[in-house]
Amino acid sequence: MTAAPSAPQRTPAVPRREVRTLRTAVGADPARGVFVALALTLAIGWVVVALDGGQLLNQSSVVSLLHVATGLGLVAAGQTLVILGGSLDLSVGYVVSLSTLIAAETMNGSDSRIGPAILLVMAVSVAVGLVNGFLVATVGINAFIATLGVGLLLKGYLENGYDGPAGSTAPTLVQTLGYQRVGPVPVAFLLFLAVAAAIWFALRRTRYGHHLVAVGGDAQVARLSGVRNDRVLILSHVLCALCAGLAGVYLASRLGSGAPRVGVESFYDLESIAAVVLGGAALAGGRGGVVGTVGGVLLLASVDSVFNQLDVDAFFKQVVRGVIIIAAVALYARRRHRRHRERNGARS
Amino acid sequence: MTAEVTREPEGAAARPVAGGVVRGRLVRPGGVLPIVVILALLLVLIAIQQPDFFQPASLLSFLGRSAPIIILAAGQYFVIVSGEFDLSVGSLVTAQVVVAARLIDSDPGRTWPVVLLLFGFGLLVGVANGLVTTTLRVPSFITTLGMYLILVGAVYLWSDGAPRGGLSDEFRRFGRLAFEDVPLLGRLPYALLVLLAVAVLLLLFSRSDAGRTLVAVGDNPRTAELTGVRVGRTKTVAFVISGLAATVAAILLGGYSGVSFQAGLGLEFTAITAVVLGGVALGGGRGALLGAMLGALTLETLFTLMNFYGVSGALKSTVQGLIILAAVSVGALRRR
Repeated sequence: MTAAPSAPQRTPAVPRREVRTLRTAVGADPARGVFVALALTLAIGWVVVALDGGQLLNQSSVVSLLHVATGLGLVAAGQTLVILGGSLDLSVGYVVSLSTLIAAETMNGSDSRIGPAILLVMAVSVAVGLVNGFLVATVGINAFIATLGVGLLLKGYLENGYDGPAGSTAPTLVQTLGYQRVGPVPVAFLLFLAVAAAIWFALRRTRYGHHLVAVGGDAQVARLSGVRNDRVLILSHVLCALCAGLAGVYLASRLGSGAPRVGVESFYDLESIAAVVLGGAALAGGRGGVVGTVGGVLLLASVDSVFNQLDVDAFFKQVVRGVIIIAAVALYARRRHRRHRERNGARS
Repeated sequence: MTAEVTREPEGAAARPVAGGVVRGRLVRPGGVLPIVVILALLLVLIAIQQPDFFQPASLLSFLGRSAPIIILAAGQYFVIVSGEFDLSVGSLVTAQVVVAARLIDSDPGRTWPVVLLLFGFGLLVGVANGLVTTTLRVPSFITTLGMYLILVGAVYLWSDGAPRGGLSDEFRRFGRLAFEDVPLLGRLPYALLVLLAVAVLLLLFSRSDAGRTLVAVGDNPRTAELTGVRVGRTKTVAFVISGLAATVAAILLGGYSGVSFQAGLGLEFTAITAVVLGGVALGGGRGALLGAMLGALTLETLFTLMNFYGVSGALKSTVQGLIILAAVSVGALRRR
């Protein structure tokens, strides 16, 4: 747990001179903060692993780190969009599981059916996203409950229909998306970066992106400014579900078959939200970005990798992960709060 | 009747004019009427399939079985109405059950000290959730999610991956025994008495000044702060209530179904669902404790109904999801 140093109770009336320290540099942009944390994690992890007699960044551990990051990253990239819009999606874990099954069962081990399988996965994902978006934006149900409810629907379907792995992924897809690499970088990770880049572009350069941030920042103001809030939110939910579907196709390629519990066992729902928030996004919406999310995902994957190298107990890993998530968000919150107070102090 | 609801000028809510006020309370958003209707509907469906269900003995044992989730929902209500979430309750239940089993180690003499310790632990988790959320300003979604990861990890770590020890009969009796041969009623489960005690205590609390302050904080923390409420402390109290409620639920659940790592699995979502079904607004400031508890009872009734109609256990969550979405949609559409 972080021991909070005794904070100054009042900000001085005279505006403080900006001193460029690590702290201000980090505080300036939450997305930068997560990369500083990532660098620190890797540096400390490297030292600790070296003391333990290993090497953190050898070929096999980098590859597995990037694979962990790919699965979580694809989901988190989509989650970024809905969180930016002030919503969230708790159904992604089930969409991932469902997609692995649809992909693997449709392909059934034959290369010729890769196209139809991927199309079918996309169609189902879009449908789930539409339902989520409709419930959240049109009906006006709280996103937490709406997407939890949709997740429960899918959970029942999965538990009713499947006991274990089913179907078989086309060999070509396993060889490429599942295992092929360029140097130490898996092809799938490049796919994740491409998706992240596309989302970055959509957020920065398109009307949709600007509208989304506006809706997340203040839905009422956005509506009065002529933004069609519901369409923007529905589109975000569809894109989020599509990303989860893509993560499902990737996992099916990685595992060679459909896995009805992979999405839930990996905690993709809650971990993707944690990654987005670690990247500096506000859960209430309107602030954050996909660059921060990539940092958050890499941070979680690096912590994982360091612990794997040290042969740390899986359960201990989970404890530390919980502490890290709380501590990181607490740090952001402190900065934001302090800046907020300074600004208010300057005005009065 | 129901716990107080804000959004209403103080005078209007306190006015003792029976008819109008009561109707207003039942019908307006956050009122308990919708959940009462749904519950009645489910009970009718049960009556058609299984009239025996309404024999006092089976009805009472059903209520006893539902006690843990109702208590959890009651604890969650205070957190939600103050504008926060508590995602850690499920893992707290698991942790408490596993910890109790290991510490008691089937030795009846240790039962009461351990029960005391469990309450201390529940209190501690609540305080931690509350302080991290209010003083460090971490969104409670993240705080309690982190707490969830920490508790699950820690309890597995501590017990090396498999629960050890055992619960004493003295510990388990709250969850599974009953007063036999009670006149008229037949069998009166201890769990039901625990539920009644907790419910009365919490209903009184929710109607006290402190309870109403909690709702005010959830409705508008800024206004509450300006009127002199210590918002952080108030919210921390809500988390503590939730932690203590989870402890009671853990003692009942451990007694009823024994020790397992699955003891509290998914209960946080069930509790939140129950609270929302009961007409309490996520985001805080609106809703009644009675509604939240009725919401939990409704969910349990729904599960029982599904058993009677032979719905496969695997499909349970699908039906649960459908009902939740339908009920909440109706509420959301009515509010417009």
